[in-house]
Amino acid sequence: MSNAGLHYDTWLLVDCLREPDRALRLNDADWVALITMARAESLIGTLAYRLKNKKLPQPVAHIISDALIDSDYQYRSALWEVDCARRALESYDGPVVLMKGSAYAAAGFNASHGRFIGDLDIMVSEGGLKEVEELLLKAGWEWVKEDEYDEAYYRDYMHELPPLIHSERDRMIDVHHTILPKTAEPNPNARAMIADALPIDDGHYIFMPEDMICHCAAHLMADGDLAGGLRNLWDMHCLLSDFSGAAGDFWMRLKQRAQQHELWEAVHLSVRQSNALYGTTIPVDWMQWGISDTLFQKRLLARNGWGQKTYKLLRFAFYIRSHWLRMPPLMLIKHLLTKWRKGHKAHQL
Amino acid sequence: MHETHFKVGPASFRVGSVWKEIIDQIEMLYASYPKPKLTDYTVTLDAIRPWRRFVRPSVAINGDFMLPDAAPLPLSHGLLGAEMGVNLQMALGWRRQLILHASSVEKDGKSLLMSGESGSGKSTLSAILGHRGWRFMGDEFALIDHDNGFVMPYPRLISLKNQAIETLKKEAPHAQFGPLMKDTPKGDIQHIVPPAQAIRKMEQGAKPALLLFPNYGYDAEIREMLPSEVFMRLTQASANFVGLGETGFNTLKHLVLDVPTFEIAYQNGDEAEAMINQLWEQL
Repeated sequence: MSNAGLHYDTWLLVDCLREPDRALRLNDADWVALITMARAESLIGTLAYRLKNKKLPQPVAHIISDALIDSDYQYRSALWEVDCARRALESYDGPVVLMKGSAYAAAGFNASHGRFIGDLDIMVSEGGLKEVEELLLKAGWEWVKEDEYDEAYYRDYMHELPPLIHSERDRMIDVHHTILPKTAEPNPNARAMIADALPIDDGHYIFMPEDMICHCAAHLMADGDLAGGLRNLWDMHCLLSDFSGAAGDFWMRLKQRAQQHELWEAVHLSVRQSNALYGTTIPVDWMQWGISDTLFQKRLLARNGWGQKTYKLLRFAFYIRSHWLRMPPLMLIKHLLTKWRKGHKAHQL
Repeated sequence: MHETHFKVGPASFRVGSVWKEIIDQIEMLYASYPKPKLTDYTVTLDAIRPWRRFVRPSVAINGDFMLPDAAPLPLSHGLLGAEMGVNLQMALGWRRQLILHASSVEKDGKSLLMSGESGSGKSTLSAILGHRGWRFMGDEFALIDHDNGFVMPYPRLISLKNQAIETLKKEAPHAQFGPLMKDTPKGDIQHIVPPAQAIRKMEQGAKPALLLFPNYGYDAEIREMLPSEVFMRLTQASANFVGLGETGFNTLKHLVLDVPTFEIAYQNGDEAEAMINQLWEQL
């Protein structure tokens, strides 16, 4: 018996992603904790990619090679899904913008190396939503069985359609018309995002670099309870590293664009966390660490060597925060009450 | 957290639990298996809520690879929880060989594979044959090597269900049995430790010579199966065929083209053994 696994947090994972050579000095218990945490954070493929040409202990080499096979499969099926959406939406006139993992994969960014890619996320203009929905339904996607409340909630307040799943391939597509719920306080300029999106080879579009970072930050900090935060922050690190090298005034343009989308706070916070955890090179005048930064960091690292969630109270606080950000107080109370009643009913069944 | 490690065939596991009794049961039954420090997968058996460790204990099964909404189990079924957790890691995570939901046994350096739905009797048959002159290789998963097509053993604890428990108690009265778990979601379950040589030779693969789809509870019959049908059924019976892509396709294709395959219907173990011996001698 041992309690060793409980004494780790995901710093070990962060360290090994940032400096893969550190992993070469790990003992057996460290390796087991590292791999468990990487799997729990959906970062095993990314870690595998970082470690793939290193001299690893034999058992680790097997695990890494399994993870690489898996992420190849993820990559391949994500691109296949992108192509299926392209064919389904061929007659749609407006731009279809790929988002998150699928965008990184289709554009061949570093962030896609080993990345876990789940659903296909796309964005179209709000005016095009109805046509896109109809084309997808015609091409074999169907509604995931939701109840009326969830359906109405998506339609009225969310930044995306209720999720659609393909009847044969069992893969989900999320169709967005903006990047944050309508009820959230920041009001990003979705029209500008679509207008400035860049075409890629296959007929789809991706966001321009500054917008891609704004979306990544919005997804990470302004929407949700930081579940999967280390993975999303790794995206942020890769994007910043890729884009900031190109042109000297990148940081200035990023700040302006973030302000235009009312996302400066989220972008600034994500950039600071990316610098603190993954060592991203950022301008000195962007580094203003505060008490809340420490809380965010603690939340991002809240997992032990058994892959279990730790700091339950802090996690809960961030869960509440995520709802707080998403909607005004009265609406929040009504929403949580409905959800609670439904959960209660489901338990009794 | 109480912790134990064990290795089955090529795969190794770390199991952790807040309940010492679950870990003790695992350690007793897996006593003769290797215990590597650096393991492939982690499974945890934790209380669904902190207080449910003490009040009406309820075991949540978690691990590196999980299905959403796995139902919790009572503490008396903890060992089944460990089995389910470990199976899930293999089914969802393993990529080093093609995994078939099949049992396997070996004789004269050649292996017999038996695949089928649960209830077909493949698991019980492999356990019986393991005490009748064959080397037991696995009751649940057969691992097919991508390079040479060999079946690699995966001799985990044999999981006996319902009437199979009595059958094996008669067949192997001196074998080591785990606790009887009554009224689990899968009926009554009891584990049995495989014969010593199965564990000793668990890294030794064997070229597949015969593939059977047993069907328990029907009048005795042998039917030869065409490769097309076999291929389709094995894609269904494989846990990682899709994830392996082209590699998995090639491994399965060679297996199906190289190995003669039959469906056998039978009413009891003796009848099945006679049919198996008959087919084995015709090879």
